[in-house]
Amino acid sequence: MPLLEVDALCKSYDGSAGAATLAIENISFAVESGEFVALVGPSGCGKTTLLMCIAGLAAPSGGRVAVKSKPVDRPPPDLVLVFQEYNRSLFAWRTVLGNVLFGLEAKGRSGTPAEERARRLIGLVGLEGFERHYPWQLSGGMQQRVAIARALAYEPEVLLMDEPFGSVDAMTRLELEDALLGIWKELGTTILLVTHDIEEAIYLSDRVHVLARRPSRVVETVAVPLPRPRNQVSTRAEPGFMELRNRIYRRIADAG
Amino acid sequence: MKASKLNGVLALAAVLAAWEIVARAGLVNPLLFPAMSRILGSFAALLMSGEIPAQVARSMERAAAGYFLAAAVCIPLGVAMGLSGRVYRALEVVVETLRPIPPPVVIPVAMLFLGIGDGMKVFVIFFSCAWPILLNTIDGVRNIDRLLVDTARTFGLARGKTTLKVVLPAAAPQIVTGLRISLSITLILVVISEMIGSSDGIGYFILNAQRRLKIDQMYAGMITLALLGYFLNQAFLFVSKRLLHGR
Amino acid sequence: MRAERRFNTAGVGLFAALLLLWEVYSRAAGIQDYLPPPSAALKALVQPDVARALSGHLAGTLGRFVGGYFLAAALAVAAGVVLGYSRFAYSVSEVITELLRPMPSVAIIPVAILCLGIGDAMMIAVTVYAAAWPILLNTIDGVRNLDRTLIDTGRTFGLGRLKILWQVALPAAAPYIATGLRVSLPIALILVTTSEMVAGSAGLGYFILDEERSLRPANMYAGIVVVALQGYALNRLFLLVEARALAWKRGMRTRGEA
Repeated sequence: MPLLEVDALCKSYDGSAGAATLAIENISFAVESGEFVALVGPSGCGKTTLLMCIAGLAAPSGGRVAVKSKPVDRPPPDLVLVFQEYNRSLFAWRTVLGNVLFGLEAKGRSGTPAEERARRLIGLVGLEGFERHYPWQLSGGMQQRVAIARALAYEPEVLLMDEPFGSVDAMTRLELEDALLGIWKELGTTILLVTHDIEEAIYLSDRVHVLARRPSRVVETVAVPLPRPRNQVSTRAEPGFMELRNRIYRRIADAG
Repeated sequence: MKASKLNGVLALAAVLAAWEIVARAGLVNPLLFPAMSRILGSFAALLMSGEIPAQVARSMERAAAGYFLAAAVCIPLGVAMGLSGRVYRALEVVVETLRPIPPPVVIPVAMLFLGIGDGMKVFVIFFSCAWPILLNTIDGVRNIDRLLVDTARTFGLARGKTTLKVVLPAAAPQIVTGLRISLSITLILVVISEMIGSSDGIGYFILNAQRRLKIDQMYAGMITLALLGYFLNQAFLFVSKRLLHGR
Repeated sequence: MRAERRFNTAGVGLFAALLLLWEVYSRAAGIQDYLPPPSAALKALVQPDVARALSGHLAGTLGRFVGGYFLAAALAVAAGVVLGYSRFAYSVSEVITELLRPMPSVAIIPVAILCLGIGDAMMIAVTVYAAAWPILLNTIDGVRNLDRTLIDTGRTFGLGRLKILWQVALPAAAPYIATGLRVSLPIALILVTTSEMVAGSAGLGYFILDEERSLRPANMYAGIVVVALQGYALNRLFLLVEARALAWKRGMRTRGEA
């Protein structure tokens, strides 16, 4: 039984002229426990809307989302979403430690054990020594690390990530990708990540769902058989990597 | 949008109706809360008889005199203090000493010197309006992009011309902010000074109505003040938009 | 703004010169009945009976200020969070708010005298009324300008509406609330002193007006010195507390603009 099921999901908006605009059309896929799945598609293809529906933050117009077979009609307790805009999603009034503790408090944890766990997670995302810093004192990449640690503190079974590295520079992006893979290996959390970067999707995931835009739909699902652990230099240099990249690129271009 | 406006109007109607019903049913002391219809009737009568317009006119004369005087003194002074560190430092101590004085306590001082005539009220309004205009002008002038001033310099503009053609317009938005804050302060101080030392004006009218237990007239005066405040603010927005070219 | 705090010789010099001019002029012109020299005001300030009276009035004024200001803050922040968060509550209150807001708050004093007499309750009530407006409007603004992402963050962590209000909306709106509180502080002081002048029988406002009417201008000026010191001290205290409470904001603005 899959951990996360998306079944015939549709989402439409009431347009200004009274006509409904279809944003998402009939998307179905499933994510197994422990998998790393990526959704890739061009910008403006409704990826964020899709994640909002899965996270229970927006109501779908049709179809169904289920986590552990329980239908999602509100933010489910076993799932948490990491936003692209770390600068808007982090709590500016809390320190790094405070932000990470928030994830634990939300689960009803507090006291010394919670703090110890928060510190461990901060170490895991590579921010040891920055516990007392406020978000504005950190670089963008570090802020997104905090957001990831905060999400992990919530101990989700599914981690949803909406373009998590879309607002950081290219070098930082590569670093964060590897940091995420390390965390995933360490904790075994199931991850569903949305990106418009085809290579990022391939590099990170076990499986890539390719989305087309207007309305958003899955046009192809591609398994990524590249061996792990992956490496920014050697993995990206493999012939299989380039093949997958070209195949997905053509698929998106054709559908566009 | 429309539905939300309707909610608000309905809520207002409900409050007014509740006031009317409660007052008529004698649930509250009619001396304190006369029926809404009586208050509005009294307001209309005072408006027609010319009583309220006359009182408002007296108050507005004082308000305008104090307000424009404050603007005329404080904008140039603020520009000077904003541009020149020396001028700023020279006046800093005097400004910082006078500023924390709550304006109403200046009324007795002004009464000593100026009696309870218009001069006292104009001075008190001037004193209280001065600070927001002055401080905002200083801030506005200081925050001007140096590049703007340097640009003017490269065009060979003299110091005085630069101030007039570049500094003032660039600082205008913040000066206008100061003027807006001062506008509401003006209204407050005109009312206070008329309550404490006057025999006419809308502030006097309200307090006097209360003392003579003409409570409906007191509320009518408060309605007048609310309308006055509203229209002054609208007029200010209208003028400042023109002045700032829609900014 | 002021990078270093050197001693401001020119400023203090000008201030001292003005005082000296006043002193000399007052003595020379023989107008000490209504313009006593500053030295007379200072002498009055340290006179035992005046000092005793002043400290009593100061305590009363401070007490009313603290009561009114904090009550206003509590009520206005609570109401502002609700009105900022709930569109329905906002739409219901909007028209009434728009009608009441432009009325100069001091106009409420006669009504308050009618309903509450001329005691502390009346003075605190008018202070609450006047001081609440800036706090209310700024809190509403702060909560309305709240980033949608922040609320969604709270929701994805499974927080309920109340917890989001308390843990996310309130702290996120804190800088706005602080602005409201800062604007309200002098307003509260104005209302306390005004109500003391109009209807009080105690407090610094009453003292100053009463000394003027009793033709003891030196005492009046002594009272004004105390009132100014009080205003100054309260403002400094506020800035101190604000800097502490909003330490997390420090440097954020400059970074955001860069």
